[in-house]
Amino acid sequence: MKIVVCIKQVPDTNVVRLDPVTNTLIREGVPSIINPDDKAGLEAALQIKDTNPEEIEVTVLTMGPPQAEEALREALAMGADHAILLTDRAFGGADTWATSNTIAGALRNLNYDLIITGRQAIDGDTAQVGPQIAEHLKLPQVSYVENVEPGEDYIRVRRQFEDRYHILKVQLPCLITTLTELSEPRYMSIGKIRDAYEKEITIWGLADIEDKLDKANLGLKGSPTRVKKSFPKSGKGVGEKYDDLTSDEAAQKIIEKLKEKYII
Amino acid sequence: MNFSKEHDMIRNLAREFAEKELTKEFLEEVEETGEFSEDVIKKMADCGFFGIKTPKKYGGSGSDHVAYVIVMEEIAKASGVASIYVSGPNSLVGTPILMSGTEEQKQKYLRILAKGESLMCFGLTEPGAGSDAGSMTSFAVLDGDHYIINGRKTFITAAPLSDYGVIYAKTDRSLGSRGISAFIVDLHSEGVSFGKPEDKMGLIGCATSDIIFENVKVPKENLLGREGRGFTNAMKALDTGRIGIAAQSIGIAAAALEESIDYAKDRKQFGTSIASFQGIKFMLAEMATKLEAARLLTYEAARQKDAGMDTSKIASMAKYYASEVCNDICGKAVQIHGGYGFIKDYKVERLYRDARVLTIYEGTSQIQQIVIAGQLLK
Repeated sequence: MKIVVCIKQVPDTNVVRLDPVTNTLIREGVPSIINPDDKAGLEAALQIKDTNPEEIEVTVLTMGPPQAEEALREALAMGADHAILLTDRAFGGADTWATSNTIAGALRNLNYDLIITGRQAIDGDTAQVGPQIAEHLKLPQVSYVENVEPGEDYIRVRRQFEDRYHILKVQLPCLITTLTELSEPRYMSIGKIRDAYEKEITIWGLADIEDKLDKANLGLKGSPTRVKKSFPKSGKGVGEKYDDLTSDEAAQKIIEKLKEKYII
Repeated sequence: MNFSKEHDMIRNLAREFAEKELTKEFLEEVEETGEFSEDVIKKMADCGFFGIKTPKKYGGSGSDHVAYVIVMEEIAKASGVASIYVSGPNSLVGTPILMSGTEEQKQKYLRILAKGESLMCFGLTEPGAGSDAGSMTSFAVLDGDHYIINGRKTFITAAPLSDYGVIYAKTDRSLGSRGISAFIVDLHSEGVSFGKPEDKMGLIGCATSDIIFENVKVPKENLLGREGRGFTNAMKALDTGRIGIAAQSIGIAAAALEESIDYAKDRKQFGTSIASFQGIKFMLAEMATKLEAARLLTYEAARQKDAGMDTSKIASMAKYYASEVCNDICGKAVQIHGGYGFIKDYKVERLYRDARVLTIYEGTSQIQQIVIAGQLLK
């Protein structure tokens, strides 16, 4: 079984501060990390590999500037077998459409049974790249996966919904997008870090994949998205608590609040 | 200081481990119970912390002394006692086996150590032989295929938790330190018993006790290195050990400085934060400068060791300087915290207690000075 995990190197938004004047992210001095949803996906792939280490191969793939190599080394140090970096000036400034086109192009160069991407990146929060890759490759896809069980030529996954979950059996090859809740990523180990720095990282530029994609859909020029405004995620408030009401009073209170917000 | 990307990643790993596993709640429990979770020890082993420098063919990670210092520093920053568990297999126990062991001994014991399958201890000190290790009275006599060991070792870190020990005993009483030999002893052997764990001031969570040997039969093949070479073997192990203690010192000192900076910014007196007072600023500046000097010396010792140089002098300098300034820095950290620094709820209270042994174990500051002076005057 061949698994390809698509990862993204992102600034650690836990330590990112906002410029109080321009309201933009101050990225200077902020450490880069593997996007958490992607790292959970990598862990899921490694857990599948643990069931049959000789037969199952995990490749990590990322698109980004040359320094994204560090994220790949970290993935290798967790236990991935191979790493591919897609980097080229022609890929720069890509929105989700151009990114998914580029990554799909690279994936056409590879053999795979299962493609795993994180649900969304913490720096963009679009959740579009994974599903778009599946569309480009005409693969079945399941997003928001919080559990994976591999079968012979299928996987059984649990898809998270707001108020329920779905258990789905999907034929391979397919693509899933994974949630942080899926798994607690393993630690690297010093021995694997050593190995990671001895391994070659495959670097592909436009020349390596140009026959596998439409060049009109690359980089800034191939990006239809126009950003109107960027803003940080606002946390949900703690809400109001009323714990000394009878059930009738509680019902009244809920109705009152819903009216107040013009919901009913 | 500049580190390779590989070393940076090793630091990230150790830091992430410390953040996730050595939490405040966990460490409070260790202090309360005096016990350190085997589960966390196993996790440390899985991260490769117990065989950092051990070659891969013996189950280790095949890295270097700089990596060892990095892991010790980061783990000690969170917990002094956790770094004790890292130190043993990498230095005092692992080094003598790596240096003097037969291929079979290396395959067996280095692997056990690196994988965290068993703990091993280092038994050199005796009730009457501390700094003067050459005056030890433990004795081993060859009787057919076995050595018979008699004697008592004292202040042995992790002794009651260990399955095996690298134990030093004289095989020739007439030769002083050149009559000392090293043995790998199965501590479950008949005739081995342990003293009551010591009630220590700091580094709570790793039992230290005496080991008593009464006619203990040790197979001949468990002699480590040649007869009479035990002292040299122990001294070389201590050389690596000293770099490790220096690393522990800079980790504990860094934690004390960090706590002090946070507290000084937060604590208000006379209507302003105490960080605005010159008296506090002077203390913080002195702490940071001494810590930086100790770090540079410690990493330089590790780099020289990795380059295959004779590190006897610089390892002693690093251990001497780093452990002394660590005590100084932890003392000042408590002072900056005022009354709160004297209370167990604050981390600096533990750091202050943990720091105290650093100038004592694995060669007191005074012994380090003798080693340094000996090198200068030779």
